[in-house]
Amino acid sequence: MILEGKKAIWNDYQKEIADDKYYYVRSCVRQNFFPGSETAFLKIMREELKKDVYEHPCHTTCTGIGYHGDIVPVETTMTVVARQFAIMTEAGYENLLPSCITSFGLYTEILDTWHHFPEVEEKVRRQLRKATGREFRKPKNLAHASDVIYKFRKEIASKAKYKLVNKNTGEPLKVVDHIGCHYAKMFPSKGIGGAEYPYVLAGMVEEWGGNVIDYPERRHCCGFGFRQYLVQANRGFSVACSKEKFESMKPFKPDMIITNCPGCPMFLDRWQYVINEMEGKRYGQNEEGIPVFTYEEVAGLVLGYDPWELGLQMHQTDCEPVLDKIGIDYSPEDKYNLKIIPSYSESRSLINV
Amino acid sequence: MGKLYDSLLEDVRFEEGLNACMNCGVCTAICPAAEFYNYDPRKIVDEVQTKDDDKITELLKSETIWYCGECMSCKTRCPRGNAPGLIIMALRSLSQDLGFFTESEKGRQQLALKRTVGHWILTYGYCLYLEGVGTSLHPEQGPVWDWIQDNWSDLFKKMGANYKGDGPGILRRIPEEAMDEIREIFKVTGGMKRFENIEKFSKKKAKELNMQLDEGIENEYFRHIYKTNNGSHTR
Repeated sequence: MILEGKKAIWNDYQKEIADDKYYYVRSCVRQNFFPGSETAFLKIMREELKKDVYEHPCHTTCTGIGYHGDIVPVETTMTVVARQFAIMTEAGYENLLPSCITSFGLYTEILDTWHHFPEVEEKVRRQLRKATGREFRKPKNLAHASDVIYKFRKEIASKAKYKLVNKNTGEPLKVVDHIGCHYAKMFPSKGIGGAEYPYVLAGMVEEWGGNVIDYPERRHCCGFGFRQYLVQANRGFSVACSKEKFESMKPFKPDMIITNCPGCPMFLDRWQYVINEMEGKRYGQNEEGIPVFTYEEVAGLVLGYDPWELGLQMHQTDCEPVLDKIGIDYSPEDKYNLKIIPSYSESRSLINV
Repeated sequence: MGKLYDSLLEDVRFEEGLNACMNCGVCTAICPAAEFYNYDPRKIVDEVQTKDDDKITELLKSETIWYCGECMSCKTRCPRGNAPGLIIMALRSLSQDLGFFTESEKGRQQLALKRTVGHWILTYGYCLYLEGVGTSLHPEQGPVWDWIQDNWSDLFKKMGANYKGDGPGILRRIPEEAMDEIREIFKVTGGMKRFENIEKFSKKKAKELNMQLDEGIENEYFRHIYKTNNGSHTR
C-alpha cells in the first residue's frame, strides 16, 4: 500500500499509553469465544514484559452489549462503569486497561460526556453512592489492550521465535487488519492512527514481519450491529457486512486477518463457514478460508506459544494454512486434546502477581 | 416545540448527537445499515429536527429506528459533528419508555434482547454467558461450537479460565455481593424500570396477537419475535 500519506496521518494521531501498573477489565465476548487470548495477553504482560496487571474478581460487565442493544438505559450503564472505576480506585490503580473494544469505546464516550456535562457526572456519583456507597476517581490513563501490545510491539519482536513471513518464499504474509468500529470511529483522537487509517494493528504486523493490505472496504463494520446479530431474524445484515468485506479483500489475496475487537474475529470466522454453507463459496488461497486471528493470538504465535494453548482450535475457519506458511512447529493430532500442558499452565497461577 | 422533542432533549446522547443537521447525507453514504435495509439516517435526523410530535410519534412506532447497528461510522464523518447513531439510541429509549416499540416487528425484538443479554447481566454479571447456548439458537456458530459446548468445562480450564471459580479470571463466578450491587444500580438508575416496561408492553402485545408468552425463551411469542422476518425490511 502507499504509505507516505498515511504515515503523515498516523503521526497526527498518537496517544499516551501507560507504561506499567494496569487495572485489567475483561471482555464478555472474548471470555466466551477467545478465552485463550486473554490468558495469552496476561502471560505476555506478566511473564514476557514483567508488567503489573491487576484484576479484581468483583468487576463485572460494563453492560456494553445491553447498552448498544438499547435495553440498558444510559444512566444505568454510566453507573455500572462508575462502579468499575470505584473498584479500580480502591485497589490503588489509575491506568484502566479494557480487553473489550465496546467497553473501551463506552469508557471513552462516558468520560467525554462527563467532560462536557459535569452535572451528569455528579448525578452518576450520587447514584453510585446511593446504590453501593462507593466513590471513584476517573482513570488517569485509558488504553485498550491492543494499544498496550502496540506500545510493546518492538519488545515482542525482540523475543520473537517466528515472523509473519512465508518460510517457503521469504515474502511477508499479506495481512488484513480489521479494527473494531468503537475503537476510534467515535473518538478518532483516542485511537492510534485515528479513525480513517488506524495504525494500532498495522504497527504490530509491520514490526513482526508482515505486510498490511489496503483494500476498499477496510473500514467497513464486520456486521455485529448488536441487535442485528443477537436476534436471529436480523442476522442477514451481519453476514452481508462480512461478505462485503471478504469480496473487497479477495483480489488482494490475503493470507490472514488480524483484529482488535473481541466480536469481529468471531464474525469474520463464522460467516465464512455460513457463506460456504449457503452459497458453496470459499475465500482464501486454495479456497481454504482466510484464517482470522485476535492480536493476542498473533503475538502469542510470534512468541512461539503453542497454537492449541492459544485456543486456535476454537475457530471454525482452520488456522493451519497460516501456521504452515510461517513454519510454526505444532502437533496436528493434539488439536482437540483437552489435556493441560503443565509448562504453559504455570502462567495461569500468575493471578495478580 | 413538541412534547416528544422535549423528552428527547432530556437524553444527554440526544444533546450530544444533534447540533444542527444540514442534510448533506454523508451519514447515509457511510452507513452499513443503509446499504442493507430501507434505511436513511439523514431522513430520520431531518424528521426529528422538525420537532413535530406527529412525525416523532411515527418514528417511535416505526421499523426504521431499529435498523441501525450502532457502529457509529456516522459520527466520524459528519461535518457538523452530529451522531445520528446517538439520536437513534435516544429514539429507541423513548420508544421503550412509551411502549411504542411493540408496534413494529423489529421493535418487538427488544424482549428477546432483555430475556437473553438482560438476563445474563443480572444473573451472572456478564453480557454473554454462553454455556448451553447451542447451535439451535445459533446455527451460524458451526460444528466447532457443538464441540466447544460438548467440552465446555474442560476446554475452558485448558484455556486458563477460572470457570465458575472464586477469585479473578475468565468466566469466574462473580461474588454475590457484587451482583447485589449491580442489581441495586439497575434499581436506582432506571435499568430495572426499563426491563419491567419491556415485559409489560410485550405481554400486552402478545395478548393482542393471541400468542402464548410465559417466562424465559421457550414460548410462542419469544420464538415469533426472535425468528420472524416479514421480508419487507431490505432493499
